[in-house]
Amino acid sequence: MEQKIVSKRFDAINPLSIDDYLESGGYKSLKEALKRDRINIIEEIEAARLRGRGGAAFPAHVKMMGIAKEEETTRYIICNADEGEPGNFKDRQLMEKDPHQFIEGMVITAFAIRATKGYIYIRGEYDKAYSILEWTLEEARKKGYLGKNILDSGFDFDIELRSGAGSYVCGEEFALIESIEGKPGRTRVKPPFPTQKGLFDKPTLINNVETFANIPHILEMGGDEFAKIGTESSTGTKLVSLSGNVNNPGVYEVPFGVPIKEVVEKLGGGSKDGRKIKMVQLGGACGPIIPEYMLDLTIDFDRFEDFDSKTGAGAIIVMDERFDVFDVLLRVAEFFEHESCGKCTPCREGNLQLVKLVEKFINRKATQKDLINIESLARVMHQTSLCGLGQTAPTAILSTLKYFRDDYLDLIEHPEL
Amino acid sequence: MLEEILKKYPQHEDSLIEILLEYQNKKTKRFITEEEIAQISNYLGVTESKVCSVVSFYTFFSTEPRGKHIIQICKDVPCYVNGRGNVLKTLEQLLNIRIGETTKDEKFTLEYTSCLGNCDGAPAMRIDGKTFTNLNPNKVKAIISEYRGVN
Ligand SMILES: Cc1cc2nc3c(=O)[nH]c(=O)nc-3n(C[C@H](O)[C@H](O)[C@H](O)COP(=O)(O)O)c2cc1C
Ligand code: SF4
Ligand code: FES
Repeated sequence: MEQKIVSKRFDAINPLSIDDYLESGGYKSLKEALKRDRINIIEEIEAARLRGRGGAAFPAHVKMMGIAKEEETTRYIICNADEGEPGNFKDRQLMEKDPHQFIEGMVITAFAIRATKGYIYIRGEYDKAYSILEWTLEEARKKGYLGKNILDSGFDFDIELRSGAGSYVCGEEFALIESIEGKPGRTRVKPPFPTQKGLFDKPTLINNVETFANIPHILEMGGDEFAKIGTESSTGTKLVSLSGNVNNPGVYEVPFGVPIKEVVEKLGGGSKDGRKIKMVQLGGACGPIIPEYMLDLTIDFDRFEDFDSKTGAGAIIVMDERFDVFDVLLRVAEFFEHESCGKCTPCREGNLQLVKLVEKFINRKATQKDLINIESLARVMHQTSLCGLGQTAPTAILSTLKYFRDDYLDLIEHPEL
Repeated sequence: MLEEILKKYPQHEDSLIEILLEYQNKKTKRFITEEEIAQISNYLGVTESKVCSVVSFYTFFSTEPRGKHIIQICKDVPCYVNGRGNVLKTLEQLLNIRIGETTKDEKFTLEYTSCLGNCDGAPAMRIDGKTFTNLNPNKVKAIISEYRGVN
């Protein structure tokens, strides 16, 4: 069931050795790319139908083509390595276990869109990955894969490493840009989009670590071949971060289209101690919580969109029967209350209220009116918040109102339970 | 020490977070004072209020003195469903402080953190720059005695 493309070198090479990377075919795609026509590289990615792996699943070539057509010649490229969504750890592994791979993808992309400088924005908690990347960038410079006149192609490009400082919202693209500029991570109103006016007001391409990691493979196998993997709407493979009450938590790479159940049971070895699975949260704190009987759902961007939430980053958090829906919802609500940047009212005030309402259910104090309130508040936040944080903060609540409605009703009708 | 760190960075606003991170990490009590904020704002040519807004926005920065070692315990769902509660209890007992507090000897501060990206090794915690995984009460005891012994 596993199909290893971006994780094929995991534990098979020494991540600190550029020679290991080269021997296993690394930087070959970059060499080839530097001889190609720039637009032609973007067309290859279009043929692959690669969609962003950071959560929003946006077609990668559209942003690239957009920036390639801008008049401004100072252009930036940013790798979003902020991975703050609870339950996700695949980008950390990409950086710790095969750090040259996504950097190769960044250099190829930079060449294609004529970017003049690159940044990797890595979350502040990833100390080990940070040191590995410092080392890796230096090795790449020494061997001529980064810096001036890369592999004698005349193309100059270097990458700077920037650390986050403990803020989840900085994974959102404009908040991230503000953070690199040395400001609090508060988003900007769109449009203009980052591809038009991004970092230091210059056209900027932002992609996730896993998105960049796919680029060398797309060039190597060809876009059409790549598009044969996975499903019609979601091509290629997905790194899944599996955690919670399972026997073998970890990162697994599967082609799109695999049922969640198979990942949990075959790769994850099922639930711990044979307990019954009660619920699974998909994508992370921002994703829906679904009951066990829905695990036949397949891993596919469009499936996730059925929940009206962008949960493509691929976390699967398994919770067994010992856990209560509201205890989990409280953790989720507190997370968003803490991480809200406070710029817009629905998110700033809404998350505070959600915590209070969930607590009411936990304390058996909730009434029918609270049920109506929590539902309408969640909808308003989803519809009116300025950025993805506030829009997706109520997803877990909305999904449980749908699939675990009895749990809510039980607490209202039988407060003594 | 602040001056030496400042000199390494270009005098641009976008060096601010990098400077704060490096400086706070090297300071024994892991916090930033008003005078230091003034010095940094002066060097970068940005207003003090701008520096303050950054310091208060990011969880990593503190304006209150903290312990020599910062213990951050993950509070998100994958750690919660894997026994994070026991780890926290053990820590609070061992250090004789509650979450958010610093020990009397100023050696440890106990804080919550959001997911550490180590959910496959839940429950997890981070001490200064190091992450510890698959924790249980015994493991936590061993780690803390090691930190106590070192200093
Ligand atoms: C609150 C919030 C947090 C986000 N965090 C991340 C993150 O940690 N990593 C990431 O790649 N994308 C994150 N995103 C999505 C980014 O805004 C953006 O869509 C992504 O980096 C684009 O890259 P991609 O097209 O390769 O997915 C976040 C979005 C929001 C709203
Ligand atoms: S939705 Fe929340 S995080 Fe996003 S801008 Fe509004 S307050 Fe800030
Ligand atoms: S939830 Fe604790 S490390 Fe991810």
